[in-house]
Amino acid sequence: MKRALSALALGSLAACAQGRAAGSTSPAPQAAPRAEVPFPSTYRPLPSRTTLIRGGTVMTAAGQIIPNGQVLMRDGRIAAVGATVDAPADAVVVDATGKFVTPGVIDTHSHLGAYASPGVEASSDGNEATSPNTAEVWVEHSVWPQDPGFVRALEGGVTTMQILPGSANLFGGRSVVLRNVPSRTVQGMKFPGAPYGLKMACGENPKRVYGQRGGPSTRMGEVAGFRSAWIRAADYRRRMDEWDRGGRSASSMPTRDLELETLAGVLRGEILVHNHCYRADEMAQMIDISHEFGFRIRSFHHGVEAYKIRDLMARDSIAGSLWADWWGFKMEALDFTRANLAMVHQAGARAIVHSDDPTGIQKLNQEAAKAVEAGREAGIEVSENDALRWFTANAAWALGIDGETGTLESGKRADVVIWSANPFSVYARADRVYIDGALLFDRFDPSRQPQTDFELGLFPAEAAR
Amino acid sequence: MNHKLLAAAAAAALAASPAAAQTIAITGGTVHPISGPAIQNGTVIIQNGRITAVGAGLAAPAGARVIDARGKVVTPGLFEPSTNMALVEVESVDETNDARFQNDEDRVAAAFNVSDGINPRSMVIPVTRIAGVTTVISRPQGGLISGQGIGIDLIGNNVADMVITPGPIAMFASVSENVQESAGNGTRSGVFMRMREVLDDARTWARNPQAFERGETRQFSISRLDLAALQPVLRGELPLVVEAHRASDIQTIIRLADEYKIRLIITGGTEAWMVAGDLARARVPVLVKVLRNLPESFESLGARYENAALLRRAGVQVAITTGETFKAYNIRQEAGNAVAYGLPYDEALRAVTLAPAQIFGVADRYGSLEAGKVADVVVWDGDPLEMLTRVNTVIIRGREVPMTSRETMLRDRYMNLDENARSYRQ
Repeated sequence: MKRALSALALGSLAACAQGRAAGSTSPAPQAAPRAEVPFPSTYRPLPSRTTLIRGGTVMTAAGQIIPNGQVLMRDGRIAAVGATVDAPADAVVVDATGKFVTPGVIDTHSHLGAYASPGVEASSDGNEATSPNTAEVWVEHSVWPQDPGFVRALEGGVTTMQILPGSANLFGGRSVVLRNVPSRTVQGMKFPGAPYGLKMACGENPKRVYGQRGGPSTRMGEVAGFRSAWIRAADYRRRMDEWDRGGRSASSMPTRDLELETLAGVLRGEILVHNHCYRADEMAQMIDISHEFGFRIRSFHHGVEAYKIRDLMARDSIAGSLWADWWGFKMEALDFTRANLAMVHQAGARAIVHSDDPTGIQKLNQEAAKAVEAGREAGIEVSENDALRWFTANAAWALGIDGETGTLESGKRADVVIWSANPFSVYARADRVYIDGALLFDRFDPSRQPQTDFELGLFPAEAAR
Repeated sequence: MNHKLLAAAAAAALAASPAAAQTIAITGGTVHPISGPAIQNGTVIIQNGRITAVGAGLAAPAGARVIDARGKVVTPGLFEPSTNMALVEVESVDETNDARFQNDEDRVAAAFNVSDGINPRSMVIPVTRIAGVTTVISRPQGGLISGQGIGIDLIGNNVADMVITPGPIAMFASVSENVQESAGNGTRSGVFMRMREVLDDARTWARNPQAFERGETRQFSISRLDLAALQPVLRGELPLVVEAHRASDIQTIIRLADEYKIRLIITGGTEAWMVAGDLARARVPVLVKVLRNLPESFESLGARYENAALLRRAGVQVAITTGETFKAYNIRQEAGNAVAYGLPYDEALRAVTLAPAQIFGVADRYGSLEAGKVADVVVWDGDPLEMLTRVNTVIIRGREVPMTSRETMLRDRYMNLDENARSYRQ
């Protein structure tokens, strides 16, 4: 991360100070401060109190399932987890008897905010479908923090999610990892320190979008597009690194290129590749491209045929962000099996259940349950802990934030869900959701149920929800 | 095959089911007949494709194949009332998509009957039925009036052997925002204006069809075939299933249906809960997709998961639909979530079995486990609405279906990644 920060900081040298104030009462005009990084996170945890959750079944996603366990949250962090923990006398005690306690749900694939509700053309901001390579765009500049979908996701236990640009392009742009908190700005939601991701897409989408618009119109054209871009990125990285090593003399600084800056970030290992790809043979091609240019694919997304190449994924430590059972909507989604997640898991690759859907994100626990059952039918037994990791710890790893969240372990951010029943039951609902120890959602307390600006006053009182 | 022939063949098929003359006794399970309370240690006896007896501790007839359902749950097969089943193989491959008569959204295609496009060998069927879905309504899509849908059981080699009514089961239409631009000339009122024009034409035509043939009538805005096809709807014989979401649109279509004495069914009905009283008074049933709670459009601002529960509480007849084809198997997940959001459990089971059968007028033969009904029966290893529950046995028209599909075969083929072992027939 350090190198990315320095590269981004250098960018600000080229930017001229702006922002002249008008009016006599305004402060005197002065140069704006230069940001260390552009669009820095301003996220601050909401106020929290030291809280002890006790009496529930604590599923840590770190191996243990503790019946009648306890979780202590202090200063926004998990302070202790166990059968018994030492809690200060003034801790707020939450009785979770009969309930289940898990880490917050994490989705590696969401378009919330970029394809917001209501889905009218004016709020369709997820695909910069103007060129096969738009690695220069950052989806955070599209995200509308008032998307009601964020609140619905919170009601489903989602505490963190990656927002991706869409899949029209070979290189769709940078993703952003968000905390699921109400905020006026995207900056106020940005997960501090989370690495950026790069959205890549292979297969039917890019050739459908660009086939009649100059290409690529074939899969071979797509691969040529990828390789050409990585060649340019490698050269850009070399020139930047030389300038870096040469003492950064401003006169010789290569011209910044936003597109190549992102790709170079991937080559340096600072930006994580999230690759939309369905077919086994194509995923193998993408893996070969990563070998040719020396970067890693962090996660294949959708991967309907991941089960066919699960050994290749395990070998390269590539996670599979997969659906439980989506299929049939296009040719590359035809060869599905409901056992996909279980088979990928069994092969030793990280399996993740992702949504790509503003309703699906609310029920990732149910999606996981379906995949667990399909695994059992295939003779693959997946433990509750492992299945829980499909939408918590493994997802955190794919986003590069597993040191901070994804399990209930001391020291991690206190992202916690209290479920009304076993989360793999269709009847389970998130009763309480904590983010950094702050109670963001309480199903039984209307004052703890966020409402977006958009939803205010939608209906006259007689029809209010 | 034209529709008359199809109807005749279907009538014959319904009269003498082609099911193998196997006798099956499902014994010892918790039987949910739906039409009555659950039966512990229940037995369901099936002969010649029909259920012949349901009760506690019944003896299996001599020679019956006995399915031991001890510790398991037995229900009617699930009934999904809105899909494009067997009409679409791959959604984005146009050649395999036979659900849309025209892409032109203004299209009035009342005469379009999907029967001749049904592919009994669709690869989507096995995937769906091994999840416990035995009966679906496969419907046309698109346009102001999309055309006629049919009900089919998910077994058979010939559409005539699969249909559950001799003719079409309903006419499908939409007054949703998706037809506003074209059919409505950009407005809501335009959509309803066009709907009235179409129905007026059909009513006027019916008064003297011979005059039309002689060229002695005024011009009609729809074709001769469409004018004729709408007559069963105007006579109240064929229900009109209308996609509508905004509360005010639902109220408007109720008014319009009342004007024309049409048997109305709402599908979608995202904001139906807001006008539940109107729907109850007009006795209009609603096909609800449960997992819909986002204000995804301006006609769906009131979307909420409690829709089904609130409608039932107000006395509205409700069936649950996924509205899906490839994921029609998730209908039990929809029903389970309806329970999580307030619908009583028994009502949820009913909403995926008997309720759709009643709404579409086939409850004399479908939707519950009762003597005389078509033997569509599923054995589950637990609560059917739980995702961790496995389907053990699926019986359609008295026949056990193989618990395999292309999906399970791909799984099995790739269990072993050895190239030599995988790609060749053993």
